[in-house]
Amino acid sequence: MSNHGNTHAEEHHHEEHHGYGFFTAIWIGLIALTALTVAIAGIDMGVYTVPLALLIAGIKAMLVINYFMHIKFDTPLVKWFVIACGVIFAIVVIFLGFDVFIGRAL
Amino acid sequence: MGAVAETHEHDHHGHHDHAGHGYGDNSKLYVHIFRDDLGSKAGMWLFLFTEILLFGGLFFLYFGYRVADPHAFHDAALELNVMLGAVNTIILLTSSLTMVLAIVAIQRNSVKLSLFYLVVTIGCALAFLVNKYFEWSYKIHHGIYPGSEELAMRAKGEITFFGLYYLMTGLHTFHVIVGAIILTVCMVFIMKKHINQDKYIILENSGLYWHLVDLIWIFLFPLFYLLH
Amino acid sequence: MSDISLDMNKSSRDFQHGDGNTKGEFVTFYDVKTKYGTFMSWLFTTDHKRIGLMYLFTMTGFLLLGLTFAFLMRFEMLTPGETIIDAQTYNSYFTLHGIIMVFLFIIPGIPAVFGNFIMPIQIGAEDVSFPRLNLMSYHLYVLGGLMALGSVVFGGIPVDTGWTFYVPYSLRTGADVVVPLLAAFILGFSSILTGLNFVVTMHRLRVKGMGMFDMPLFSWGLYATAWIQVIATPVIGITIVLVILERVFKFGVFDPNLGGDPVLMQHLFWIYSHPAVYIMILPAFGVMSDVIATFSKRQIYGYKAMAISMMAIVFVGYMVWAHHMFTSGMSDFARAIFSFFTFLVGVPTGVKIFNWVATLWRGSIRITVPMFFALASIFLFSIGGLTGLVLGALATDVHLHDTYFVVGHFHYVILGGILTMFFAAFHYWFPKMFGRMYNQKVSMGGAIMYFIGVNVLYFPMFIMGYNGMPRRYYDYLPEFQIYHQISTVGSWILIAGILIMFINLFYSMFKGREERNPNPWGALTLEWDQAPSPPPLLNFTEEPVFTHGPYDYPDYKPEENKEEAK
Repeated sequence: MSNHGNTHAEEHHHEEHHGYGFFTAIWIGLIALTALTVAIAGIDMGVYTVPLALLIAGIKAMLVINYFMHIKFDTPLVKWFVIACGVIFAIVVIFLGFDVFIGRAL
Repeated sequence: MGAVAETHEHDHHGHHDHAGHGYGDNSKLYVHIFRDDLGSKAGMWLFLFTEILLFGGLFFLYFGYRVADPHAFHDAALELNVMLGAVNTIILLTSSLTMVLAIVAIQRNSVKLSLFYLVVTIGCALAFLVNKYFEWSYKIHHGIYPGSEELAMRAKGEITFFGLYYLMTGLHTFHVIVGAIILTVCMVFIMKKHINQDKYIILENSGLYWHLVDLIWIFLFPLFYLLH
Repeated sequence: MSDISLDMNKSSRDFQHGDGNTKGEFVTFYDVKTKYGTFMSWLFTTDHKRIGLMYLFTMTGFLLLGLTFAFLMRFEMLTPGETIIDAQTYNSYFTLHGIIMVFLFIIPGIPAVFGNFIMPIQIGAEDVSFPRLNLMSYHLYVLGGLMALGSVVFGGIPVDTGWTFYVPYSLRTGADVVVPLLAAFILGFSSILTGLNFVVTMHRLRVKGMGMFDMPLFSWGLYATAWIQVIATPVIGITIVLVILERVFKFGVFDPNLGGDPVLMQHLFWIYSHPAVYIMILPAFGVMSDVIATFSKRQIYGYKAMAISMMAIVFVGYMVWAHHMFTSGMSDFARAIFSFFTFLVGVPTGVKIFNWVATLWRGSIRITVPMFFALASIFLFSIGGLTGLVLGALATDVHLHDTYFVVGHFHYVILGGILTMFFAAFHYWFPKMFGRMYNQKVSMGGAIMYFIGVNVLYFPMFIMGYNGMPRRYYDYLPEFQIYHQISTVGSWILIAGILIMFINLFYSMFKGREERNPNPWGALTLEWDQAPSPPPLLNFTEEPVFTHGPYDYPDYKPEENKEEAK
């Protein structure tokens, strides 16, 4: 990794920036998903209720992280950071589940 | 972040006697200018991870308790106002949009537009807080708050539900307030040209913080309000 | 690719030397003049080297305080029943001993002192990525430390929950729990900021040509540690907040009377506190690699495996926390899983031990004080690690949990692994940090006493633990007395060895023989190779250049040795 500046990357970055319309479109998607999740909350789906709600929340989260927080277009460094955090979080939830979920509730 | 240059210039300005100390008589000593936007952003993401794990601990607890008594959670959740929760969700999602648009504006040197979008973002934060105030005071008025007698009469799972409800939405609200303050500071920086078209990493990082506040709510909403 | 950008035509890091010679003459970081007076120029410095030294002094103070509690506890345990203090006091002593040693010494430990001072120089940087956050880390550390001490002096009954502050006792006890917990929360922030700083620094500020897999393994150890500091520490943060809030406001998330589950609290606690032990040991592993390579004059065996195994320990380390909870009432299914993964995490650790031994094999070994510590550590840490496997096996753990066996195990890994390597690091980088040398014979004497002391103090604990002596117990059956007495004598030997070394080192900092050679050990990492001793403010007199790997010794040829032996 060079310590010396690479100003060209910065210029290139400028060209790639998305505009007002792009982000508004993402916002519309988020609102739609919110409406969806409220609508289906009224329907009883038994044991699938929570996973489905979390799935929709997950899609909304992916939209926010990838587009609003710009991860999709960032350098691999921060992308890998986010993946690392996500993986460890998931691992902890799964391993905790070994006790609180599989071990006790099932 | 990374304003090493200023500090080091300070350190060298006090030099009285240059002779024999190796830097020569030139007052321009070890001058270096250091700016690392990517490092700044990476550092901000790492900070966000700490917030995710902080809230994560509460989500872990929610997971454990919900699995232990899903019926109590279901009954308790019925008392939450879905409409208010949904409105708050939309408010925060919109504030995320205006946050991004504020950055787009500064990238295009539309300073006034950027300030406008930040005002809307902060306005959304305040609207969220107002809603939260009404929601909580309604509950407290009806005797549902940690340590209350009304709550003590309910099932253990319900007590835990409301404990987690106040804790998680409370911690989240705290972060909304902090975010609003940070964004106000950003507005001041923009007006002082400390944030501008060529240097806006502070605004981006503040935006990241704000999006995180939105993200947490994206998960809080279904888990507390949409359990039925 | 670096993305540092600023004015269009100017790259960052332009070193503009003044006129006049810079070769051979420079101002060390100690002598840099600022507009502040001396005290303020240290208290408000952003120089990573000064911050590292301030941590060193503060941390030594806390270590000695923790040792004092240990000394008194061991003295108390000379006889069953009351010897010098009562039971309540004893409970507070082991709690404070744990809090001080864990949060104020071991966790900041090697990263705060040697990581701060040495790592940026090792990677050819001028400082860390966020120098002001670095200073804030130190200030938070001091604040947390003062709060913890303050709670003892001013706060009523000193905390007596054990450093693990399990509920429901921590919710019920009349002792002052809130202030020490707040202190721990603040200290957590200090740790997080250090970790955050180190991760970004190692990604962004490496000298040109040095890839991640060209960094010295000490830096890799700090890198792995930093990730745990960032990701795991917030979980203890929220646990602390919840216990405080539960105690004050009765939210009902931990208190069983209100529907809470104490086992869930233990889960949250150990989700941090197990990875925390990797925060403690990984920097020590890093020091070990650097020291062994230097004093064997050999390339580290399996460099890439060493680097990757540290990341593997971080990763698998998140999957084993509940081995601290085998008797807590967890489900059988979970217990089996966690036991399995506990064995799994031993594999990358084993890789490291094998590779160190392989590095020694046919090396040109010099037994300096740091090398003595490194070799001693392999022995001591292995005892700790193997007894850890005994505890990791579910069936035997049921018998040994909460006995002195556990106390023996973790002290062997902590003293044997971490404190030993802390002393190794101190004795290794001493000439770089101070431009002086200590009396090696005195330190070697202290080191030998240290080694003997650790074994005499902690080995009997395995035996009495196996025979049923519970931990954190103030009183005990007469059959255990002989073990306690041997232990206590061991504590005296250990403390004497530690004091001898500290006195030697701190004296030599100011009055030791000047060491003109910037590389007395003949090492190849950048801090030895290209930085003066002590370094100037920006670490180098000329821009550092990456020309060879950290351990690229021309490997010692055994054939030449055979010739001499004839």
